[in-house]
Amino acid sequence: MSYRLENTQRGEKYKTVFSKVSPAQRRNRTARSRWRANFLLGLYLILMILPIYWLINMSLQTNSEILGSMTLWPQNLTFDNYIGIFTNSSWYMGYINSMLYVVMNMLITICVALPAAYAFSRFTFIGDKHLFFWLLTNLMAPPAVFLLPYFQLYYSVGLFDTHIAVALAHCLFNIPLAIWILEGFMSSVPKEIDETAYIDGYSFPRFFIKIFIPMIRSGIGVTLFFLFMFSWVELLLARTLTATNAQPIGMIMTRTSTASGIDWGTLAAAGVLTIIPGILVVYFVRNHIAKGFALGRT
Amino acid sequence: MNNKVPNNRAWLLVLPMLVLVAFSAIIPLMTVVNYSVQDVLGPNARFFTGTEWFESMLNDNALQAAFLRQISFSLIILAIQIPLGIGIALIMPKRGWQASAVLILITLPLLIPWNVVGSIWQIFTRGDIGLMGWGLRELGVDYNITRNAGDAWVTIVLMDVWHWTPLVAMLCYSGLRSIPEAYYQAARIDRASKWAVFRYIQLPKLTNVLVIAVLLRFMHSFMIYAEPFVLTGGGPGSATTFLSQSLTTMAVGQQDLGPSAAFSLIYFLVILLVSWVFYTTIMHMQKDKPPHGGA
Repeated sequence: MSYRLENTQRGEKYKTVFSKVSPAQRRNRTARSRWRANFLLGLYLILMILPIYWLINMSLQTNSEILGSMTLWPQNLTFDNYIGIFTNSSWYMGYINSMLYVVMNMLITICVALPAAYAFSRFTFIGDKHLFFWLLTNLMAPPAVFLLPYFQLYYSVGLFDTHIAVALAHCLFNIPLAIWILEGFMSSVPKEIDETAYIDGYSFPRFFIKIFIPMIRSGIGVTLFFLFMFSWVELLLARTLTATNAQPIGMIMTRTSTASGIDWGTLAAAGVLTIIPGILVVYFVRNHIAKGFALGRT
Repeated sequence: MNNKVPNNRAWLLVLPMLVLVAFSAIIPLMTVVNYSVQDVLGPNARFFTGTEWFESMLNDNALQAAFLRQISFSLIILAIQIPLGIGIALIMPKRGWQASAVLILITLPLLIPWNVVGSIWQIFTRGDIGLMGWGLRELGVDYNITRNAGDAWVTIVLMDVWHWTPLVAMLCYSGLRSIPEAYYQAARIDRASKWAVFRYIQLPKLTNVLVIAVLLRFMHSFMIYAEPFVLTGGGPGSATTFLSQSLTTMAVGQQDLGPSAAFSLIYFLVILLVSWVFYTTIMHMQKDKPPHGGA
């Protein structure tokens, strides 16, 4: 058995070395497989972009053109839908409201998550594992569960319909997420850095701000990206905790359907405008994002 | 990196976070527990009901149906998204401007507010103004998501695949990027087939990120609300009513505090339990296996 195995292996090696496949043919083959990969990727990207393209297409048409005929691109290009949104304060305030609570949430979360993540990555302390697990369970809590209690809680402390209420509510899932990602990034920084800094006479706060934070800034960037993402896309809690003053854009969009029908053009334009902040944010972190998606753990 | 220092003063670093999360998690959760064992009739009229609400919720036929729908939905999208995500990650370019461009394009659906995702697909699938709905109709397919439960299901699954496969792809992509080039060189010298490279080099390296991917996808799909709500409103009938929607209807629409609180707790516990079982099983399986080279 072993003899035969050895023999076949030798035979294969022989075949490999004196392979009839010329280098040119081999290159041809890899080129063909790369071509196929690119083709499949392109196909996926096109299918993926299609619904978004359709939204953009509709946002550049008048309602009569949308409803009147099937056009694959705008026949009479119009920016009226966008102008309508930018000149009506009840519309663009929705964007400002959403932006405000998202930024507030990012600031609050990163401020409390940085020290906590440092504690988890550097020290063991009583109950640390349980605490970490409990934090992660908050990621698994369906927002629908918290609807009613949040409404009552924020109403009773007088925060209902403020931006800070939504920002605090989104902390429920954003703080655990931030700690999870930051902990991964921090653990890849060697401990010796900390020790050397302490020997050099750095106090903890000074070391943390002057040395440690700059070292993990790509991690912080990626974390901020995720915080933005999950706060920006969430609507259920944001909708429940606001009425008029802090209403998110997602809620204002529902206004387009009235008794006289749906204002498709405006709806599409508002939708397109909600995609743009995401594109900007992802552009800034594009080089670190791959590592960030693995929560800093690859 | 495992030489952590025992230091209980670390609690001071954790404290601010703890106060905030406690405010937004423990207090509301206690409110839910409180409601779940009481019958609230008015501001000063409440009765202790014990486990009555829990029993009635567990025996509720509509909720059982919603639960089964939810489970099948999560399983279907996992079965599609995980392999598809791996496949996309494998063919994504690794360097150069193409890599950046593809990355930005692929993450795009993840950054769209969830109700807008619903709107996009509602528009896209409408028979009169949507490209897909119109196209299918031109091809002679009887496609209507407001009348036909099967069409509604297919559309919701398609929408979720469109929306969340990028997450799986990005996770796998980052896992693949962490494989040293030397592994591939060794494989080339051995004349390993593509399948062998995938099976023995790439897949073992992907285990960690795949665990995260399955966990995240399970959790999020189990809480799905805004997208189907906007797209189908749970219809036709209750064909696409998932758990979150049943819960919000009960809690906000009908103001049934006790039952909805009991339902909330059961819902939350199911997610916790499934995630925990999955996580521990995977971790045990990894412990039993002999360590792969560098995996």
